[in-house]
Amino acid sequence: MIAIVDYGMGNLRSVQKAFESIGEDARVIAEAGSLDEAEAVVLPGVGAFSQARERLGATGLDKKIISLAGSGKPILGICLGMQLLYDCSYEDGKFEGLHILKGEVTHFPKTDLKVPHMGWNTLSDIRGQLFDGLLSPCVYFVHSYRISGVSEDTAAVCDYVSPFTAAAQRGNVFATQFHPEKSGDIGIKILANFVRAARGGNA
Amino acid sequence: MLCKRIIPCLDIKEGRVVKGVKFLGLRDAGDPVECSVMYNKLGADELVLLDINASHEGRGPMYDIISRVAEKVFIPFTVGGGIRDMDTIRSILLCGADKVSINSPALAEPDFITEAALRFGSQCIVLAMDVKRRADGSGWDVYKNGGRLNTGRDALEWAREGVERGCGEILLTSMDTDGVGGGFDIPITRLIADAVPVPVIASGGAGKPEHFRDAFTKGHAEAALAATLFHFRELEIMDLKNYLAIEGISVRM
Repeated sequence: MIAIVDYGMGNLRSVQKAFESIGEDARVIAEAGSLDEAEAVVLPGVGAFSQARERLGATGLDKKIISLAGSGKPILGICLGMQLLYDCSYEDGKFEGLHILKGEVTHFPKTDLKVPHMGWNTLSDIRGQLFDGLLSPCVYFVHSYRISGVSEDTAAVCDYVSPFTAAAQRGNVFATQFHPEKSGDIGIKILANFVRAARGGNA
Repeated sequence: MLCKRIIPCLDIKEGRVVKGVKFLGLRDAGDPVECSVMYNKLGADELVLLDINASHEGRGPMYDIISRVAEKVFIPFTVGGGIRDMDTIRSILLCGADKVSINSPALAEPDFITEAALRFGSQCIVLAMDVKRRADGSGWDVYKNGGRLNTGRDALEWAREGVERGCGEILLTSMDTDGVGGGFDIPITRLIADAVPVPVIASGGAGKPEHFRDAFTKGHAEAALAATLFHFRELEIMDLKNYLAIEGISVRM
């Protein structure tokens, strides 16, 4: 069973349906205690970082996710869910993240390019299990903040204004700034790759 | 490079795609869910589902359509038509839509945009505007109620206000070019696209591939929308994208 963490930030239906489309039992779960039973945990999210962080704290989901990440449970953060895994965000102030991955979340610098970064963009420098069988995937983004730059955890780079971490993997912890559940067949493939990685398989 | 988006629009009336869609292999060419699935397969980057007479009927069937599209189509889609309150927006998003487009209620009460953006996030609020060039050529006016009433508002000012209030995208339909097939309205598209920091979707007038190219290169639009052209397969989305790619425009293949 794949647990989709419900902490009141945005619609989880698309993520659930995307997993169901590949035959997975995906359940929306709000109780920290129920996450133990899941084979893998997905942390989605749309909205403001500070509010999301607060809700994770109020429900005890923050401590649970940190402990699951440490215990080797496969975790996938999507969009805001990715950003929450990092050290901190500068969205409307400075707010602490879950410190599971190292890095900071900052706004796109002001240029002529439109922000939010909305639409389909191509990934480069892909590595790791999420991208097994894929070559220069084009995926769907909607965001104004992102992980600044690249690090050793970076699993895919997107160049918008400047290169940023579009996906990350550190052991059992996976993250995508883009929305695999909205990236058509390629996105579904990425979710299937996550499930396969969670079960310890190789492509 | 961020890809330019090609967006088919489905006009829906009483739960059916108006005029139908001539797709081979569909059991029911008027079914919005089947059409959405087919457009996804044919390479659409995004979809717009417009309930064209929502204000005159109960909205029940539309929620069912949105839910079923969300179950089968894993690309972003926007729902518009007859959205008059926050609860409706919430219900549409919970059914699985990614964005809502708002037109007349925003004109009647601009705070509507502000409230919607604060509650649901700018990324899911699309400001739809129907515009027409003033007879004296001094600019463009914004129309409401499906293009029936001139609000007297200047299109450029309204676009700027919409963005200040938090809309994340502008769906710009030119009433001068809509339905003619002679090309998108480049001057107003460019005027607004250059003036606002959010993406502009050009709409109205698509007739051939060159029109899309011009909307992107001359109109500075981020996306282009068409209905009839795609419905009747006068132009295949992948043929269009191949053309655009050859013209040096970044598209998702």
